[in-house]
Amino acid sequence: MSEPILSTHGLVGGYGDFQALYGIDLHLNAGEVISLIGANGAGKSTFLKSIFGMLPVARDMVRYRGTPIGGTPTHELVKRGIAMVPEGRRLFLGMTVEENMRVAIDNAAIPESRGQWNRERLFDLFPILRDKRRQPVEALSGGQQQMVAISRALLCQPQVLLCDEISLGLAPKVIREIYAVLPDISAAGTAIVLVEQDVTLAQEATSRLYCLLEGRVTLTGNSRDLSREAIAAAYFGGSHAVA
Amino acid sequence: MQWLDAVIQGVLLGGMYAQYALGMALMFGVMRIVNIAHGDVMILLSLIAVSLAGVLPGGNLMLVIAIVPIAVLIGWALQKFVLNRVVGVDPLPSLIATFGLSIALQNLMLEVWSADTRSLPNSGIASASFQIGPIYVGLLPVIVLCTAIALTAGLDAVLRFTRFGRGLRAASADTDAAAMTGVNPRRIYATATAIAVGILGLAGIFAALRATVSPADGPAQLIYAFEAVIIGGMGSIWGAFLGAMVLGVAQAVGLRIDPGLGILFGHLVFLAVLATRPVGIMARKR
Repeated sequence: MSEPILSTHGLVGGYGDFQALYGIDLHLNAGEVISLIGANGAGKSTFLKSIFGMLPVARDMVRYRGTPIGGTPTHELVKRGIAMVPEGRRLFLGMTVEENMRVAIDNAAIPESRGQWNRERLFDLFPILRDKRRQPVEALSGGQQQMVAISRALLCQPQVLLCDEISLGLAPKVIREIYAVLPDISAAGTAIVLVEQDVTLAQEATSRLYCLLEGRVTLTGNSRDLSREAIAAAYFGGSHAVA
Repeated sequence: MQWLDAVIQGVLLGGMYAQYALGMALMFGVMRIVNIAHGDVMILLSLIAVSLAGVLPGGNLMLVIAIVPIAVLIGWALQKFVLNRVVGVDPLPSLIATFGLSIALQNLMLEVWSADTRSLPNSGIASASFQIGPIYVGLLPVIVLCTAIALTAGLDAVLRFTRFGRGLRAASADTDAAAMTGVNPRRIYATATAIAVGILGLAGIFAALRATVSPADGPAQLIYAFEAVIIGGMGSIWGAFLGAMVLGVAQAVGLRIDPGLGILFGHLVFLAVLATRPVGIMARKR
């Protein structure tokens, strides 16, 4: 088996004195789509932030293509090939759709002309953005804003894409539209970590999943092989498991 | 005719204020960093220019060539060693740090240059004037105004159309998200402050050419810069220019009504704008 593109090794972390993660071991193979599920406060977002240089972690706890990268500044990780669709989209307000995209293009290690992703290809993927390209992002609907956030992350030309709760606050129809592009993204060779609260959505979209509970991995396996009972027990904790 | 003259003189004075305000528009308007030492840094650059003028051959042009790089370096160091350590969502730390810096700078300048007022030697440019109809217009104020227009247009274009401008607007809108998109916020902020203080270098030379400067003059310039940015609207470069014009005209007109009223009139107009349109004349939606 080839080496995973991204892995964590006994990752511990949190906010200042508050520890939120207790030794997470996770790996992601090149081109794979995995999900990280768990209830509110399980540590999913904290985990992504720890990988992505936004919270302090020890160097050896995170490896990317075999190299320890823990604690590397976020903007350098982007240049090495990791990108994120952050929770709440976090678009650059006051700037147009295309300007939001161009910030990513400006700073990507690979120029748009030679990268996997360019504006044309993303406008084909999300046709509505082609019409709205000159509009300020705050004029867009939530789903359209999510499309901009995904486009912006992809224009960083990532090998690994971290998606933090991309279905949050969106209508079911819009969620289906957003999730429909994930296979296209992984087909382009980008591995994806999906953080998701919706278990069914996560199971359908990914090959493997990890379930977090109170900062620990309580369950991992092939998404389709795991039973609802096992996931429920891992998701809510043994004592809360429903019969 | 007296009032037309007042308006013209006001616009010309506004050109000087616009040069103070442009750096402020970039730092306070766009980056949301409150730099209380803004005026003191400009006075420092003025005084360095005055001292250099004594030893440097080649006149005012040579002075510009010498001072602007010094200003850029000061700006870069200010961001790198002071402001990048305190920048964040909360504006209070940058306010306190630069307030301390302001006091330290004023005392340092007092120590080095004493409290005397100084100015750059008049090479004829400061007293030259020409006549348009019945109105006399000074050559230096016209040069100041033209420089201000060119700087405003240039800065506005840089923010709109360049890679640096997009990165700065992105980092100002959401610093973390900018980092997630590959922008190095600290480096881009250091560049922006270097530009802001670089403009102050030019303003410092013009200030010492048209009048006198002394170590305690900084806070007054700071107020004019703040007022111009707020009148014009946060985040808008042309707004800061327009705000400086409003301030200049208000002062010149007030001065004609009563020689003691000039500066007060500027502040009154500022308060009136704040009361009626607190977001500023050309506020950009954020």
